[in-house]
Amino acid sequence: MSAPRTLFDKIWDSHLVDRQDDGTCLIYIDRHLVHEVTSPQAFEGLRMTGRKVRRPEATLAVPDHNVPTEGRAQGIADAESRIQVDTLTRNCGEFGVPLFGMNDVRQGVVHIIGPEQGFTLPGMTIVCGDSHTATHGAFGSLAFGIGTSEVEHVLATQTLIQKPARNMRITVEGKLPVGVTAKDMVLAIIGTIGTAGGTGYVIEYAGEAIRDLSMEGRMTVCNMSIEGGARAGLIAPDEKTYEYVMGRPMSPKAGAWEQALAYWKTLPSDEGAVYDKEIVLQAADIEPQVTWGTSPEDVIPVSGKIPGPESAPDENKRSAMARSLEYMGLTAGTPINEIKVDTVFIGSCTNGRIEDLREVAAVVKGRKVAKNVRAMIVPGSGLVKNQAEEEGLDLIFVEAGFDWREPGCSMCLAMNADKLKPGERCASTSNRNFEGRQGRGGRTHLVSPGMAAAAAVTGHITDVRELS
Amino acid sequence: MEKFDKLTATAAPLPLVNIDTDMIIPKQFLKTIKRTGLREGLFYELRTDEDGNAKDFVLDQPAYKDAQILVVGDNFGCGSSREHAPWALLDAGIRCIIAPSFADIFYNNCFKNGILPIALPQEQVDLLMDDAARGANAVIAIDLEKQKIKGPDGGTITFEIDAFRKHCLMNGLDDIALTLVKNEKIDTYEGKRKLSQPWL
Repeated sequence: MSAPRTLFDKIWDSHLVDRQDDGTCLIYIDRHLVHEVTSPQAFEGLRMTGRKVRRPEATLAVPDHNVPTEGRAQGIADAESRIQVDTLTRNCGEFGVPLFGMNDVRQGVVHIIGPEQGFTLPGMTIVCGDSHTATHGAFGSLAFGIGTSEVEHVLATQTLIQKPARNMRITVEGKLPVGVTAKDMVLAIIGTIGTAGGTGYVIEYAGEAIRDLSMEGRMTVCNMSIEGGARAGLIAPDEKTYEYVMGRPMSPKAGAWEQALAYWKTLPSDEGAVYDKEIVLQAADIEPQVTWGTSPEDVIPVSGKIPGPESAPDENKRSAMARSLEYMGLTAGTPINEIKVDTVFIGSCTNGRIEDLREVAAVVKGRKVAKNVRAMIVPGSGLVKNQAEEEGLDLIFVEAGFDWREPGCSMCLAMNADKLKPGERCASTSNRNFEGRQGRGGRTHLVSPGMAAAAAVTGHITDVRELS
Repeated sequence: MEKFDKLTATAAPLPLVNIDTDMIIPKQFLKTIKRTGLREGLFYELRTDEDGNAKDFVLDQPAYKDAQILVVGDNFGCGSSREHAPWALLDAGIRCIIAPSFADIFYNNCFKNGILPIALPQEQVDLLMDDAARGANAVIAIDLEKQKIKGPDGGTITFEIDAFRKHCLMNGLDDIALTLVKNEKIDTYEGKRKLSQPWL
């Protein structure tokens, strides 16, 4: 009988096609998600070498980064964006890859549509040319981002050359306080381990507070694993996972379902499995979080004050902090809840799902977006949009003064028309606050959907719990 | 992919930590459908102001215009998986990057493009950063086979690198061709799996 194994170990072992003496492995890839930005050169590579896509049925493509979130019926105005989206359509047609086109109701942000469709299942290896592929780890899968050359490799061979990562476990004990969400939890985790804390590891999230999260909450946490340096984050599957997955269009049915379920139940880490690193956090200590700087690790609780460079541990970090403060136009010592915002963006693969929209609706119902604030809500997919409209959430949003948009990556990274102008300051439910991420000179504060909603109605960073 | 064997070139210093791939190549340059032509976008927002005028970025200074080596801070290449980052670096002539640490995905992507990323302890990076700051005299010699770096004063530093990655880089090997040599193993794996986990 072999030694106890972690969830990651089990998935790795069951996907091993070949192992060289030096430890370099060839692992099989179960699911490959594709979008328009990181695939054109990969398909071109196949074309130039006369290769085919080995398993089109294990592949699913969708345009999301470039698509407009309004006026979509008129097509894409930006020529380069249009070419890239058209190229994806052409490539999928030529190579037989299933595609949810821009006008397909199932279209949306790639990491939202995969789980929605049951394309993402427990125990799988899942890749995509996008670092937030980590999202799918919420299902107990090994899911990670790859570059375009690796996209080409997966298309051609359905495998990847990889060395195994080390195992890290982050246990969040206890219960999250009311008004504190999965987004706050993962921001607090990144604040603790730092933006490179997980480099070389896959993170398994465990503990009562993780178990208590819904599947959408788990996706939010796993999504931002990459911001802590870990390529992948996983949460062991359980009853919530099986319930979520059951009956979805691409989930196994009937006899196959029973077989799959029996297999999935063997996946959680064995008792006594060893992790190379363990970190424990107390959920009760977590407040709503707000980033102040230009890295996701620059995060404080909403009750906190913006830190100064003198609090940094070394010269490199000190000058980095000074640079961030200048870019963000902030002064050390300012309470973060005094910071005014002019833009609010709710959406992205981190927080663009129905529960996120319900969280926003609960805050803004009967309230109005503050004067001088431009606020938009971008549902993560056509199906999320439809469900929100069935629940009447869109009416609440529009009544309050939000722009209700069509699905896409939108202002998360401004490759489409939705962007910040230099100096604009945004409370955003996305995942990165790098310099220029949302538009050159744009200033991003990462928050939860509830906190973004609160900032929209007050016009400044606000503790959502203070709005009854 | 071009082989990497030895490189003797000017090294440019960029002493920032956590340089992310948005900084290396901003999103507006990701709309290309090619791998080439990205040198225009390399470090775009560090090199130009909002009106498109050049700021005095290190790679635009006369001493460093032929630089092929970069010496940078911790956690280089963090953030997005965009392979456009190494493509832009390569298009601008950069073939080697020296840092205390690299983000995983970027590190991987370098090897797919014939770029050698070298991780060294902070103190050694600091020495090379000082060397790189010498302008026209910032010439560093890299020998991948011997795993050695020689600075302008003749001091030598040894570096670690995964043996398989080194082999592929030195021989300019194509990953896909290498994998397809094992095609039968992939067939066998798929055959077994179809039986045991048919829903996949």
